[in-house]
Amino acid sequence: MTDVAAAVVAAGTESRARIVAGLIRVTGDWQLAEDCAQEALALALEKWPGAGVPDNPGGWLATVARNRAIDVLRRATVERRKLAELALLTSGAEPAPASDDRLRLIFTCCHPALALEARVALTLRTVAGVPTADIARAFLVTESTMTRRLTRAKTKIAEARIPYRVPSGPALTERLPGVLGVLYLLFTRGYDADGEPAFAAEAIRLARLLAQLMPDQPEVRGLLALFLLQHSRRDARRDADGNLLTLDRQDRTRWDHEAIAEARSLLPAPAGPYAVQAHIAACHTADVTDWPRIAALYDRLVALVPSPVVRLNRAVAHGYAHGPAAGLALLAEARAAGGLDEYPLAIAAEADLTARAGDRDRAVALFEQAAAAAASAAERRALLARAEELTGEQET
Amino acid sequence: MKYMMFVCTDTEPETDDALIPDIHQWVAENDASGRRVHGNELVPPSSATTVRVRGGELLLSDGPFAETKEVIVGFDILECADLDEAIEVARAHPMAWVGRIELRPYVG
Repeated sequence: MTDVAAAVVAAGTESRARIVAGLIRVTGDWQLAEDCAQEALALALEKWPGAGVPDNPGGWLATVARNRAIDVLRRATVERRKLAELALLTSGAEPAPASDDRLRLIFTCCHPALALEARVALTLRTVAGVPTADIARAFLVTESTMTRRLTRAKTKIAEARIPYRVPSGPALTERLPGVLGVLYLLFTRGYDADGEPAFAAEAIRLARLLAQLMPDQPEVRGLLALFLLQHSRRDARRDADGNLLTLDRQDRTRWDHEAIAEARSLLPAPAGPYAVQAHIAACHTADVTDWPRIAALYDRLVALVPSPVVRLNRAVAHGYAHGPAAGLALLAEARAAGGLDEYPLAIAAEADLTARAGDRDRAVALFEQAAAAAASAAERRALLARAEELTGEQET
Repeated sequence: MKYMMFVCTDTEPETDDALIPDIHQWVAENDASGRRVHGNELVPPSSATTVRVRGGELLLSDGPFAETKEVIVGFDILECADLDEAIEVARAHPMAWVGRIELRPYVG
């Protein structure tokens, strides 16, 4: 990439969301806002090589996008409503936003009246500026299907009049977890064994932006810390053959220690679910793993988020903190609560606890059963390797 | 912005009576605030009449468009600034608890 092209990409990354969010606030027209931002970036690619990169690239892009919007609206002045938007844009006297436009954009993209998949896709497209084709690939649909999905979401925002606003008071408390949930889903799409790695970086960028815009929300900081901690192990998670490695087998020198330090500096008190999960992740990066503390944190997490996976992880943590019998007892409890039938990680956890309790034959059978149910090839290989190891130990 | 609020039954109602809001209070509050323009309860769909005209001929049938487990038992027309306000009105209706409510904005 040339220096100028890199400068355009950098300016786009820095300013695109702000430009789109501002134009949506003034015009209420999502497509117009996106198109104008896109055209500004295209014009930058055309002009900057000759004219040089301007001193304020973001300001340059914003002015061009705004002028484009004025041109488009002038051509469409037959519509009464557009005239008002045009007047606002040309007067340069649009009302000052009560909150950062990007924050409104995020909250609107993540509105619970939109389908969850639409929220994720719309956030990726409109806030992060990810091309529709890339989003379509990650969702395993064609580009035209994804375009329709995005159009439908934007149409609903306009027709149902979903407000372009950051909620306040109790409404904010009610809505914020939904926004964080969208970012979390985005992150896990990037973090899963066969996921889209760029999405994890996008989710971190968005969480960073949110943390900067909402500094008084501990759960936002908790989420960012959690992302940074999980992402810090991205280069150490697999062996040379692409097999997933458990934490204790990873080469810690390959962890991103800068990200870990940043996450530690962000950690809020372990009160909300993301903050508690971030504390757990932080415990796993310490030189000596404090299992009793992790088990206690899971006790807290299961009260906040009583999901099958949290119950399972709690059983595993107690298994390390207080012995395999304690772990197996909590695992039985988790299974009884439901949602873990045929779940490969539950079988794998039982296998591991059973091995540590000394019943190797049963553990080998369970690891093989877990491998058969595994969701990805990498997971399957890792589980079969554990079964083989145990068989080997038995023979010697 | 006007929203048509369809009030429907649901097969999985909230069973804790203590939680369910009072309909008279809901009507009084939303009439007073001007957010409820009009509304009423409807007789069951078993007494509905479906009307069609085909080839100029009037065709009547006894009963609703479609037989479903969930049926519309009432409606309200709301005047709200945006969807969030309409959701706040809808969530306070007792049928949001024991049934379900569908919010449909007017066109334009």
